Amino acid sequence: MTTDTATESETMADALHGVSPDTARQLLNDMLLYRRFEEKAEEAYAIGKIGGFCHLHIGQEGVAAGCIAPLRDSDYAISAYREHTQAIAKGIEPKHVMAELFGRVDGCSGGKGGSMHLFDIEKRFMGGHGIVGGQVPLASGIAFSIRYRELDELVICFMGDAAVNQGGFHEAMNMSAVWDLPAIYVVENNAYGMGTAFTRVSRNPIDEKALSYGIPATVVNGQDVLETYATFTQLAAKVRAGEGPQFVDVRTYRFKGHSMSDPVSGTYRSKEEVDDRVEHQDPIAILRDTLFEADELDQATLEEYDAEAKEAAQAAFDFADAAELPEPDALYRDVYAELNPNGRLFFDGLDRPDFAR
Amino acid sequence: MATKVHMEALSPTMEEGQIVKWVKAEGDEVSSGDILAEIETDKATMELVARGDGILRAVLLDAGDTAPVGAVIGVIAEADEDIDDLVGDAGGAEAATADSAGAPADSDGAVSDGAESGADGPAEHTPEPDNSKSDRDMEAPAATGSGRVKASPLARRLAEEAGIDLSAVSGSGPGGRIVKADVEEAAASPPAPAAPLAAAATPNTQPTAREVSRPTPPPAVWSDAGATEGFEDVKVSQMRKTIARRLTESLSPVPHFFLTIEVDMARVMEARKSVNAAVEKDGDRVSVNDFVLRATGAALRKHPACNAAWHDDTIRRFDHVHVGVAVAVEDGLITPVIRHADRKGLVQISREVKELAGRAREKRLKPEEYTGSTFSISNLGMFGIREFTAIINPPEAGILAVGAIEEIPVVVDGELAVRPRMRVTMSCDHRVIDGATGAQFLQTLRAMLEEPAAILI
Amino acid sequence: MAVMTYRDALNEALREEMQRDGDVFLMGEEVAEYDGAYKVSKGLLNAFGDRRVVDSPISELGFAGLGVGAAMTGLRPVIEFMTFNFSILALDQVINSAAKMHYMTNGQIGCPIVFRGPTGAALQLSAQHSQACETYYVHAPGVKLVTPGTPADAKGLLKASIRDDDPVAFMEGELLYNLKGEVPDDDDFVIPLGVADVKKEGDDVTIITHGKMVNVAMQAAQKMEKDDGVMAEVVDLRTLRPLDVDAVLASVKKTNRAVYLEEGWSYVGIGAQIVSLVQEEAFDWLDAPILRVTQADVPMPYAKNLENLAKPNAKRVIDACHRVMYR
Repeated sequence: MTTDTATESETMADALHGVSPDTARQLLNDMLLYRRFEEKAEEAYAIGKIGGFCHLHIGQEGVAAGCIAPLRDSDYAISAYREHTQAIAKGIEPKHVMAELFGRVDGCSGGKGGSMHLFDIEKRFMGGHGIVGGQVPLASGIAFSIRYRELDELVICFMGDAAVNQGGFHEAMNMSAVWDLPAIYVVENNAYGMGTAFTRVSRNPIDEKALSYGIPATVVNGQDVLETYATFTQLAAKVRAGEGPQFVDVRTYRFKGHSMSDPVSGTYRSKEEVDDRVEHQDPIAILRDTLFEADELDQATLEEYDAEAKEAAQAAFDFADAAELPEPDALYRDVYAELNPNGRLFFDGLDRPDFAR
Repeated sequence: MATKVHMEALSPTMEEGQIVKWVKAEGDEVSSGDILAEIETDKATMELVARGDGILRAVLLDAGDTAPVGAVIGVIAEADEDIDDLVGDAGGAEAATADSAGAPADSDGAVSDGAESGADGPAEHTPEPDNSKSDRDMEAPAATGSGRVKASPLARRLAEEAGIDLSAVSGSGPGGRIVKADVEEAAASPPAPAAPLAAAATPNTQPTAREVSRPTPPPAVWSDAGATEGFEDVKVSQMRKTIARRLTESLSPVPHFFLTIEVDMARVMEARKSVNAAVEKDGDRVSVNDFVLRATGAALRKHPACNAAWHDDTIRRFDHVHVGVAVAVEDGLITPVIRHADRKGLVQISREVKELAGRAREKRLKPEEYTGSTFSISNLGMFGIREFTAIINPPEAGILAVGAIEEIPVVVDGELAVRPRMRVTMSCDHRVIDGATGAQFLQTLRAMLEEPAAILI
Repeated sequence: MAVMTYRDALNEALREEMQRDGDVFLMGEEVAEYDGAYKVSKGLLNAFGDRRVVDSPISELGFAGLGVGAAMTGLRPVIEFMTFNFSILALDQVINSAAKMHYMTNGQIGCPIVFRGPTGAALQLSAQHSQACETYYVHAPGVKLVTPGTPADAKGLLKASIRDDDPVAFMEGELLYNLKGEVPDDDDFVIPLGVADVKKEGDDVTIITHGKMVNVAMQAAQKMEKDDGVMAEVVDLRTLRPLDVDAVLASVKKTNRAVYLEEGWSYVGIGAQIVSLVQEEAFDWLDAPILRVTQADVPMPYAKNLENLAKPNAKRVIDACHRVMYR
């Protein structure tokens, strides 16, 4: 995850938005992994290995790849509940993400979080939050910490387009602006909050909401991962330079239903619309074609990448499937970080081992 | 890279699926997203799509067959890839591995059985919990003629400790509740005469205080020395759970009433002999129950009011007559359905019953073979049961409980005679069937069995 | 021992903990330049600067969530709600983020945060400013709840709460801020969470209570002793989670009769939980049903006479004690 510098000719730099061919190929590689991982999750859900809600990122892989790749390991990322691939992008191994989806002890949250609550403090992936917009003030708090300690870090906060209508979003934007917090707020704008088109629930466009708080706002085509990567490279530099928060409206599109329990198309968007986007706005196909045209990719390499991605997804599945369920005594563990020596904390009347740590 | 084709959960509640047909055949080239097969779920026929590219190398479940969600039913792989290991996973092997079908283990660790696996867990022998202390604590004080004694929990405990019979103490608390002060006062006054109950129970010993306030065991008539107590917890199978649920659902909301009629079976027994003599060469052999089934089908056709179901705002009267026949199987029972029982001959009914009952015992019935009945019959005659009542199988409105044929003395035309008689008890859903309606149906049934010529055709 | 007000005791606790640990900061409405809406944070801006004493916009949900995010990364925020009535706006971040963070991260990320401010009624502030909010906070596992009723408890318990590694709701009382009492002079006076305090000993009946109502219970107990010679024992729970169940049971086993006094509403109130525990664990020591004295089951009215009718008071406590003593 380093900012690269283009060394090739001007023309090629333009085609690749100034991103080096190596980085571009890496982004392709990343997105293929995300796609194959999510397809494997879809399959696992279909055969009952994954329960509950499961929100797939298929179609939006460019956001995970293009926004996170320009960041550093020491930067924080926080997201909502469509976050499998962002967690991988931030460094959590696919097998630990898949095991979490399976509710297994080797999951990145020990099987206690599930699809919507992926966490890894070492990788600085701060979740995984299930209440729309709930993670936005948390991101501001993480940024507040960074500023309080005067560290050269930042936080990137992902949210869906529907989150910008929550009160907490506005309160967090205002405080971030007032206190110059080192945060990049990213609206992953797939045009629909579940089944409600954004245009039906907002009179003004998304970027205006941030602009009204005095936060600079950028609009990016998230299906073009190179454009996204280039933009986030610049924005991260601005935040690090102490310019305060940044806001980005990343235009993307969800190829699948809102969750595994929801239809892909139907009353809120037509099958024709989805088919058209899948055909013309697939971030993987767009980057592939760009690299083909720039003569920076051949068919054999592409197939090799894809085979590796499929193998990695399958390996994650196999790991998760073989992993153990949490022990029953995990039930009461970690409700509290500190078990006070005095008094009672649990009131269910059940027999419990003592969970003092 | 090879890809397993799984039976997928194509509806939220689907636990198993049946192959309607394979759209792709072994050897066909397939790509991710191609439709491989049509699957009958518990709700509808759905399409199963490929999740990998290559050749459909193996088809492990035939059309018409059923597999639990998660079972491997095929393999997609390259033409030259070794898939032996994957093919070995077939037959629901994956689904049988505990919780893999997505049903999480219950909190007590019990794992639900695959619908058809029949693999009930081993019976668990649970040691008797040591709850003797709490039992004692919960024990009520001696009942008295005047009924329940009102006392505070503290007063009860103190009285027990002091050996005071609370029934002899008057309470000063609200509503005469005995409280601590009352017990203390009673303890300070001279001891009351021994309570009659305790005195009678142990006439030769001075009753101790403790015994007065607790029920006295009956005098020992035989020794239970050496006898032990214990129990065995037999794990409840999926089928037993379903039976428990269905029957409870029936008895609680369905207002049952029962009608019993006695049928003279002499003519049926004669007819059965001659029919069997004629069909034996074809390997057929009809039973008395087949006659009952045949007659029931015909009688229901004449009494559509009994071939009906309660639907809150409507009573649904069925055009078809599908009769369920309760079959005892290991760990339960199941009711395979003779469809259009009113339109089938005796021999055909006999063959179907045999075939279905056989497969029922092997737990190989398909859902449509045990669902959709409009009326049911349960026969326990073979066990020597003379008469019993059966619980209605909802949403049906009636069920016949058929007893054994017994030679009993009856009065025929004013003379005492020994006749083969059979008792049939009909359980009726009173919301659908009234007493007279059910009685008329039973009259028709009896007439048909007593003059079986009409049902022999 | 120094005599000081409840307000000053809190101020000392904040000052000492901020000196002790550079990760502790105070955020809330009017906490800095205005010196605190109730002057609890008086002088702290001068002492620690605006990096650590931060005036927030009126955005309860936002700054509660910001505090949780800061706690997730290791700071120890003290978030002041001007009153807990306003914290209802912030409950999503308390219940969905703070309470669950340690659990759903499998212990990876903690949330050492204190939410503090006054709860309950003051005088004629009417419906929206007179609510006891304890049950909202104590209901969810993952949160701790502290309710000091005296200046000493306020100081010792706030210091313990700030040092605790879990989210702690710390509920004060507007009418308590001017209450004077003795506070130990220790250099580092800390009262551990989960330890109740018997504020007055007695054998005849137990009055169990918490927070501001401790003072009402004491009035009632003193009056009963003077008028009737009844010796009531007053058990101040001090923290509602962790809860000192042993102290409750010990007192009930001694007196065999109990009354729960709380400022909030009765339905699913704190007293309901205490009654449940006592009947489960001390059934055979009860000589009478446990009664509860609570606020009337209505929103708080404005008119002075109606407000007085709605609030629990010493007379109602005495009546309840008489009933459980069958007098």
